[in-house]
Amino acid sequence: MKSLAELQAIKDKMKDKVVIREGVSTTRVVVGMATCGIAAGARPVLSAFVEAVNEGGLAQTVTVSQTGCVGLCQYEPIVEVYEAGKEKVTYVKMTADKAKEVVEKHLKGGKVVTEYTVANCE
Amino acid sequence: MKELSLNILDITENSVKAGATLTEISIIENGDTLTIVIKDDGCGMSDEILKTVENPFYTTRITRKVGLGIPLLKMAAEQTGGSVKIVSNTNVATHGTTVTANFFKNHLDFTPLGDIKETIVTLIQGHPDTDFLFIHQTQLGEVKLDTRELRAVLEGVPLDTYEVIVWIKEYLNEQYQLLDNR
Ligand SMILES: Nc1ncnc2c1ncn2[C@@H]1O[C@H](COP(=O)(O)OP(=O)(O)OP(=O)(O)O)[C@@H](O)[C@H]1O
Ligand SMILES: [Mg+2]
Repeated sequence: MKSLAELQAIKDKMKDKVVIREGVSTTRVVVGMATCGIAAGARPVLSAFVEAVNEGGLAQTVTVSQTGCVGLCQYEPIVEVYEAGKEKVTYVKMTADKAKEVVEKHLKGGKVVTEYTVANCE
Repeated sequence: MKELSLNILDITENSVKAGATLTEISIIENGDTLTIVIKDDGCGMSDEILKTVENPFYTTRITRKVGLGIPLLKMAAEQTGGSVKIVSNTNVATHGTTVTANFFKNHLDFTPLGDIKETIVTLIQGHPDTDFLFIHQTQLGEVKLDTRELRAVLEGVPLDTYEVIVWIKEYLNEQYQLLDNR
């Protein structure tokens, strides 16, 4: 059984880490979670990013967050990647599997997965 | 939407956008009816806005973009013979909005609830500073999660900490397993 005591143990472990983490992130992954995004499948995409970033040991430098409508409803689910000092990359028509691939190749490997970017969509 | 849990995610995003500090999400299953209640303490809507929100395609005024969230929920409910009711209040002391949706589960056009656990986890991950009270009642019993209780234990450790998110996921999984095994 999951218990609050277990949550307390997590708290004790994390308490010191929290301070360190703030301000260190250099990359932001932003998933569009407006009605259009949710209807097109943004929920599993978000969840895949959260899992892959954390399980892949990228939590110190990458944050995953949610935003509203990006205004490109027909391309949803849309994911934007902001890296310090680089141009924004917009991934379109994302899935959970594509999300894992982007984490591996782009966030870990430093190579944009151009086939999933907006430029390649028409 | 493919799942009602996605409608719940979408409607609750409205509550968060309205500045809610606490949003209560209830799912009540009783016989062949399923009722979803999403109640927030956000800024609320004026009567005029409420009218256009409920009937976006009948309004003659184009003062704002037509939203799809509430119409999609209405469609999902009405196609089962159910309905959606919205009560909202902008009063300084009692502001907030309550969206109530009724569904008939045995209707051919009933959309399954789907992965409600993922919806709750997604909401908490995206809005760690907002509180959610989630209650799912069935005839077998209930599953409940109150982020205020978790927050009290966590003493400043954010709710969107990955370890906490994993704990919440597993907690909900266990609660649903207990319910199913009753
Ligand atoms: N809980 C709420 N509190 C305050 N205002 C709300 C609430 N829910 C809806 N509204 C108002 O009703 C409008 C319509 O909501 P709806 O979800 O249908 O569309 P939307 O959120 O504007 O756009 P989207 O299609 O992305 O959902 C909102 O823009 C907001 O002004
Ligand atoms: Mg909305």
